[in-house]
Amino acid sequence: MNKKDINNIEKEMKLANEGLSEKERTLFSDARPTPVKPLNKYLEKFLNWARAESLWILAFGTGCGAIELRPLMTSRFDMFRYGIAPRPTPRQASVFVIGGYASIKTIKRIVRSYEQMQGPKFVIALGSCTINGGMYYDSYYTINRIDHYIPVDIYVAGCMPRPEALIAGFNKLKMQIKAGKCDGMNKYAENFDWYKENQKRVIKDWNMPDYNW
Amino acid sequence: MEQILNRLKQKIEIKSVINKRADLYFITIKKEHIELVLSHLKQQENFTHLAFLQAVDYIEDDKFQLTYMLYNYDIKVNLGIKVFIDRDKSEMTSIHKLWPHAWQYQRELKELFGIDFPGSPRVDESFVLEGWEEIPPMRRDFDTLAYSVKTFYQRPGRTTNDPKRYMKEKLYKNFAKSPESGRNDE
Amino acid sequence: MSRISKNKYDNFKADRSKFPQMENGKAIIDLDSHKFTKLWQGPQHPGVTGNMAVELTISGDEIVQAKTHVGYLHRGFEKLLERRKYIQCFTIVCRICVPEPDTNEYCYSTAVEELAGIEIPEKAKWIRTLNMEMSRLASFLMWLGGQAGSLGMGAIGQWTVGMRDFWLDLFEEMTGGRIYHMYMIPGGVRKDLPEGFIMRAKHLVVETRKLLFDIEKSFFNNAIIKSRLKCLGIITPEMVDEYGIVGPNARASGKEYDVRMNNPYLKYPELDIKMITSMGGDAFTRAEVRYQEIHQTLDLISQILDKIPEKGEIQAKIPNVVNWKIPTGETYVKAESTRGEHGFYVVSDGTKYPRRVYNRGASYTQAISVLEKLAVNTSISDLAGLMVSLHTCPPEIER
Repeated sequence: MNKKDINNIEKEMKLANEGLSEKERTLFSDARPTPVKPLNKYLEKFLNWARAESLWILAFGTGCGAIELRPLMTSRFDMFRYGIAPRPTPRQASVFVIGGYASIKTIKRIVRSYEQMQGPKFVIALGSCTINGGMYYDSYYTINRIDHYIPVDIYVAGCMPRPEALIAGFNKLKMQIKAGKCDGMNKYAENFDWYKENQKRVIKDWNMPDYNW
Repeated sequence: MEQILNRLKQKIEIKSVINKRADLYFITIKKEHIELVLSHLKQQENFTHLAFLQAVDYIEDDKFQLTYMLYNYDIKVNLGIKVFIDRDKSEMTSIHKLWPHAWQYQRELKELFGIDFPGSPRVDESFVLEGWEEIPPMRRDFDTLAYSVKTFYQRPGRTTNDPKRYMKEKLYKNFAKSPESGRNDE
Repeated sequence: MSRISKNKYDNFKADRSKFPQMENGKAIIDLDSHKFTKLWQGPQHPGVTGNMAVELTISGDEIVQAKTHVGYLHRGFEKLLERRKYIQCFTIVCRICVPEPDTNEYCYSTAVEELAGIEIPEKAKWIRTLNMEMSRLASFLMWLGGQAGSLGMGAIGQWTVGMRDFWLDLFEEMTGGRIYHMYMIPGGVRKDLPEGFIMRAKHLVVETRKLLFDIEKSFFNNAIIKSRLKCLGIITPEMVDEYGIVGPNARASGKEYDVRMNNPYLKYPELDIKMITSMGGDAFTRAEVRYQEIHQTLDLISQILDKIPEKGEIQAKIPNVVNWKIPTGETYVKAESTRGEHGFYVVSDGTKYPRRVYNRGASYTQAISVLEKLAVNTSISDLAGLMVSLHTCPPEIER
């Protein structure tokens, strides 16, 4: 291989950030996400246990699912018992709860919030409308399958899912994390181009960086 | 209410009056008179509350129907004023000077129906749609299902069943043999 | 009225005669001058009500300009309703407003009944009234928690949302659903009240009253709450007409407009009900008016529970719903939700499908025009409290 080819390959591995203007492009990194390999067996097991027992959810009520998060947070169901706490900023959160249908305007913010979150990160999607569109399957402004835009670990079905169902969903997520099966972040990095293509097909006015914030 | 309508009739021509309920009336007037009628009703007859301003698409007549719903706190009556405008060159006078919040409805109509209101503040800003490239979605010739199938990914497995046939086949297999089988629900 | 004249910020207000410069009544905002900052509150922010955003231009921590952005919850309901048969619509209309779905169901089914000329039975009317008042109560309790939470007082939210949950249990008994009930169908209600329901509801009314007693002590007699809510976001009586403000927001400014009394529907004429108004128009007065309305609602619920007939039809006879054609016509049905006048404008063209269904939510003007006006000259920290005190509900704005 000569030097020219290597340069070309390096260029291909970088993100184009086409949505940004020339001036803004220098402000954002153009590196692609890379999959993270697990550490050695016992250390990873310990880390997974730690991750599973402190799930911090991002306080972003994206749809009507947010209404059942409030009973979950307050005295009757009290999710703090399970080590689940809401966090105001994506940088501190590890679980993203998609509360139901996502309109095109919201999916743009969902993608942005998801990419801003620090790994390891997990996604729970609530309601039938995130699974196959639910009763908004023919709507011109809500997406049908959330797993084409960001990787999803757990679906909780229902309209709306009850707080008990949400607790069951969170417990299932814990079990999966402990078993080391929640690698949505790696899936996102490996199939990055596919996810980006899907996202850009829906979000027509893409004016943000491709991955790095 | 009769007196109010009579006083209005002296000023302009009212095409039709429908009395739907004791507290709900609909009148149809000409497009040119709308500003005159609304300011008369607001200032002289105390219809001070604009409940909404919306459009109905009559695609077969090539018309948009605009409905201005007013409310009078004193006599406690809702009055809907209907105006028909052309669908091709859809344009209407703005009423933001009478009610400051009317610009919101006008912005919504511009975005979802494509009806223009020249002079209305912020009428060109986006209301709910972001990066929309199709025709205004609330027009009747916009097919939302086709757009959804084209743009979003359908999860396979969703089937549409005719409820009557499905129930006959799956739930009530013996339905056809029952004595009620001859009844006609159509 | 003395509250209106005195503004909380009068004492330490910066001299705004020179900055920002005004032109034709509008402030000249030049972001390149580095005197202003653009700040987005929402959509991903704990201090907004639901999924909406307010774009703020600030100078220091004072808001110079505010712009509301909605559309994050747009589902195109009105388009979807045009594609569905009249009976299919009723499962979807309740999704328009999340905290208080029953008002949508009532307005839609009444509009369809009116167009089709159906009279519903007495008992169905009583059950509908009960259902509406219960949903009002649940929404109010949620609001009370939100108002306290937006000012940093989390305990009230823990109490009220916990209590709301017990009301949702009653809803579940009555309708089968916790949040979305799909209970009032055109022609009546879906099911009769279960056995022992009235007794349990009466018990819960007593429990809720006890809780409200605690809340009055800790929330309304609280120096911090008073100092933050008083003189915040004053709505003057002139603004009520200009901006189409309805509901408790208008009643706190002295406007006597409550759909339940002005244009009585269902069984409200037979109930002992009184208009609650107050002068003042600031956020604290609005909170007080809403607090009194919670008591009023509890009172109404116990009245309804006493008067509800034990036996009776709950459904009128309707034709085969699959091929139900509604005669041509149009109507506007409104009801009082916790935010004010909530209405449905239904147009039928004589086919199986509605020509147009429009939903008028009270938040439509209150969250956009009114909020944009009131937010100017308040501080960033007060904005969350102001938004909740206007009781904005984004799903009914964009539908």
